[in-house]
Amino acid sequence: MNKLYLGVDVGSVSTNLVLMDDFGAVNQGLYLRTQGRPLEAIQKGLAQLKLGGGEISGVGTTGSARNLAAAVLGADVVKNEITAHAVAASAQVPGVQTILEIGGQDSKIIILRDGVVSDFAMNTVCAAGTGSFLDQQAGRLNIAIEDFGEIALTAQMPVRIAGRCSVFAESDMIHKQQLGHHMPDILAGLCEAMVRNYLNNVGKGKDIQGPVVFQGGVAANKGIRKAFEQALGLPIIVPDNFSVMGALGSAILAREAVSSGKTSKFRGVNVTSGNFAATSFECSGCANLCEIVQIGLEEKVLARWGDRCGKWGVEQSTSAASGASA
Amino acid sequence: MKVTFPHMGNMWIPVKALFDYLEIEFIVPPPNSKHTLSVGTQHSPEGACLPFKLNVGNLIDAAKLGADTFVMTGGVGPCRFGYYGELERQILHDLGIEMELIILEPPEGSLLGLAKRIKQAASHKPWIKILGAVRFAYRKAVAMDRIEDLVHWARPRAEQPLAIETIYRRAQTELNEANNSAAIEHVVKRTREQVLAVPRKQDFTPVKVGIVGEIYTLLDPFASLDIERHLGHLGVEVDRSIYLSGWINEHIFQGVNRAYKEVKQYKQLAHPFLAHSVGGHGQETVGGTVEFGRQEFAGVIHLLPLSCMPEIVAASILPNVGRQYNLPVMTLYIDEQSGQAGVLTRLEAFVDLINRRQSQPSCEREVRHEQIVFGG
Repeated sequence: MNKLYLGVDVGSVSTNLVLMDDFGAVNQGLYLRTQGRPLEAIQKGLAQLKLGGGEISGVGTTGSARNLAAAVLGADVVKNEITAHAVAASAQVPGVQTILEIGGQDSKIIILRDGVVSDFAMNTVCAAGTGSFLDQQAGRLNIAIEDFGEIALTAQMPVRIAGRCSVFAESDMIHKQQLGHHMPDILAGLCEAMVRNYLNNVGKGKDIQGPVVFQGGVAANKGIRKAFEQALGLPIIVPDNFSVMGALGSAILAREAVSSGKTSKFRGVNVTSGNFAATSFECSGCANLCEIVQIGLEEKVLARWGDRCGKWGVEQSTSAASGASA
Repeated sequence: MKVTFPHMGNMWIPVKALFDYLEIEFIVPPPNSKHTLSVGTQHSPEGACLPFKLNVGNLIDAAKLGADTFVMTGGVGPCRFGYYGELERQILHDLGIEMELIILEPPEGSLLGLAKRIKQAASHKPWIKILGAVRFAYRKAVAMDRIEDLVHWARPRAEQPLAIETIYRRAQTELNEANNSAAIEHVVKRTREQVLAVPRKQDFTPVKVGIVGEIYTLLDPFASLDIERHLGHLGVEVDRSIYLSGWINEHIFQGVNRAYKEVKQYKQLAHPFLAHSVGGHGQETVGGTVEFGRQEFAGVIHLLPLSCMPEIVAASILPNVGRQYNLPVMTLYIDEQSGQAGVLTRLEAFVDLINRRQSQPSCEREVRHEQIVFGG
């Protein structure tokens, strides 16, 4: 039976799953909306996996809900998204030195040298430079987000948009529309503003050298890609699996984690049929008043976290935690 | 007189010892929590830093428990801290809470002035008694520092790091209860024995990370989002640029005492990068980073509350220090909006980074520095 590795990246906006074979090839990549319900998104994703006679022999999770995903799935490795993205990009584009990653609600830059992360920065304070904002503007202008980039590429003369803040950017765009600028010029201007904002905030002071890889959901946007190329004066590589790189990185890490012949902790694909519930409560044991999150399957408690003292620990949750520290 | 003192990590232990010794009733505010923060934020200027907001929350809570006097340390220079005590008194006054304020600082550098204030805080007890109390409290501060250091050493090495947390909590309680010098010594000794008895990971050498920055965020685990504990559990041995006794010694006693870890040398070490004081602990942050660089630590994490001026100056200098000592430096800004998840992601990524750097010496020439802003 074919060995397959499952990587799951549960982020604020999207939940991505990747099935990778033993040779590192991506058999299947799924990009789903999290819509604020990570548990359902994971279950929906699992139901769509096509194993094709293969067997899942390792599972890795990443993203802001990595611990939750790990508890539900029974993951072999839990890693932060910076490491996961770097691992995936190095595998897809050997020798990569800079990774630009723009997702739904966060953006990051990762600098690698000799295949090792040497610097990173991440911005979650401001969403002006992320996918959600583009989504919102496309919606307001009545353009499908998929067409955004193509339209921007037809611009004759991009207009300058104030991109420092999404609220100001929006009013500036409306202003430019009222002045009679063409839609493609405005969209291209927005792309340039976003790139400027990214490079001035997340990318500030970073030593950006080629090869440069651009990944994350926003990498689909050709307008942004072009704006990056112009701003950096370097060719931009968008890998095939650009939208699911975090999940791919997790799958690669999962393969590493079980490489020494360990058996996967994966609970099986039928995990989808289970009735998972996440509940939270405030522990009143001491003045810390920790918020405890509890993940249950039917009557059984799979994992708890949030406590400082460890008194709410369950057997399974320690396995997830030790994965994080491995 | 019922005295209280805002929290700063374990500081309440020696401060309580001081007032207990003087037989003055002391109210320990409830520990820093989400409640403290929301009460404090509600009644503080928005642009004030996180420590100020926690102070206000502590004082309001302590007043509810009957405190009528609060003691603060003061300060001079560009850091706003020197004015916090008075500002806090006025905020409390506007809320209808009348509290006496005693600021322990040498007014215009006068030790005599400091003595007068100590005398006032000590309800005019005889000097011999006051000196005894100060000596006893200081001994507790040094003991607390030694225990914290033990915990820093043990967390990454323990097979079950949570066992260390249990020992640490017990040590805090016991040290608080210790009522003579022999008992203090005994707590430290017993804690060391307990820590050494915890099973350790085989063949494991933890990487070392230094933590520098603003004193409050360094010493208070609630403010720092428990960064020392998280790093410890990620297999990192941490050390800090400032320990409680070092700070008390420098800040209140003008360096006449001997601290567990002195802070004096930092000014000298900082000199090539920052030759004069910028207020607060900006120079100590730069000097501390130099010291960790010299000791070949794997990395440095710089903590500061959002809007902290002295540390902002230091943050802009640290990349130079990092380059000179080939030392990765990560700056974390913290305020009331900070989320644990975001901090953990960055800590994990930073630890991955230094671990991989350690295993691949070829990339050692790469030096990095990053700045991250949390919250609004």
